[in-house]
Amino acid sequence: MDRNHLRHQVASMRKSLFDQGYLDDQFVQLEDLQDDSNPNFVEEVVTLFYNNSAKLIRNIEQALANNPLDFDMLDDYMHQFKGSCSSIGAKKVKNECTQFREYCTAENGEGCITTFQQVKHEHATLRRKLDTYFQLAKQGHASG
Amino acid sequence: MAFRIGTSNSKCKKVGGNQKICVLIVDDDRATRRIHSALLNKFGVETQVAENGKEAVDLYRSGASFDLVIMDMEMPVMDGPTATQELRRMGVNSMIVGVTSRGQDSEKQAFMRAGLDDCHVKPLNSNTIASLLQQVNKNH
Repeated sequence: MDRNHLRHQVASMRKSLFDQGYLDDQFVQLEDLQDDSNPNFVEEVVTLFYNNSAKLIRNIEQALANNPLDFDMLDDYMHQFKGSCSSIGAKKVKNECTQFREYCTAENGEGCITTFQQVKHEHATLRRKLDTYFQLAKQGHASG
Repeated sequence: MAFRIGTSNSKCKKVGGNQKICVLIVDDDRATRRIHSALLNKFGVETQVAENGKEAVDLYRSGASFDLVIMDMEMPVMDGPTATQELRRMGVNSMIVGVTSRGQDSEKQAFMRAGLDDCHVKPLNSNTIASLLQQVNKNH
């Protein structure tokens, strides 16, 4: 792929992640910390986020299998998950986390279960998009 | 921008005759520790990390000292408020700044009462870090 075309594609993809609401300003803060001494900083932090969030998702899934539901526990797990999302600027995922916590407050089990599917969907979607973005960005760097 | 202090009881290693500010980052989340470390390193500050409040307390008990402690509120083993209270009880007068993803004032105030000098929503940004480091410099 032509170098300029590749760079344009990377820039366009990055812009779409913000325009479509997947990412917020915190992601820009991470990009500002990336430099020659930390060339893969953003991808490193995103990887740490996905490692941590996988554990939190398992915890929430187990908690949602309980009967009756412990809404305080669910809220606590989701609070941790939402906090983790804030570290990388995962805006859409965070919004779904907020919705889940509202259902916890209302002790609405069905709402929690439905919204959790949305949380996982947005979480997976963002992961796919960021994986593609990082791969493209690396190709862009490699082409000079 | 690099921060230097004139005199300090910090045990951080000296670089070029000047003593760098040394910050302890206490957080159970690896991503947050990584972010806060990188932010502080950009200001030329040395950092050390602890995964929970007990590790932070144990560091001080072993003789380490820091110019600034960034203390997460919710951690396993020993949380931020408990660790902060313990450090103050031990006579630690380092600047301790709490960080939390809980935005409610009542929760931040409860954390402050444990003995913090300040409390912020996490993750911290470069403006907040700069302001905290200026405060550390003033205190010396």
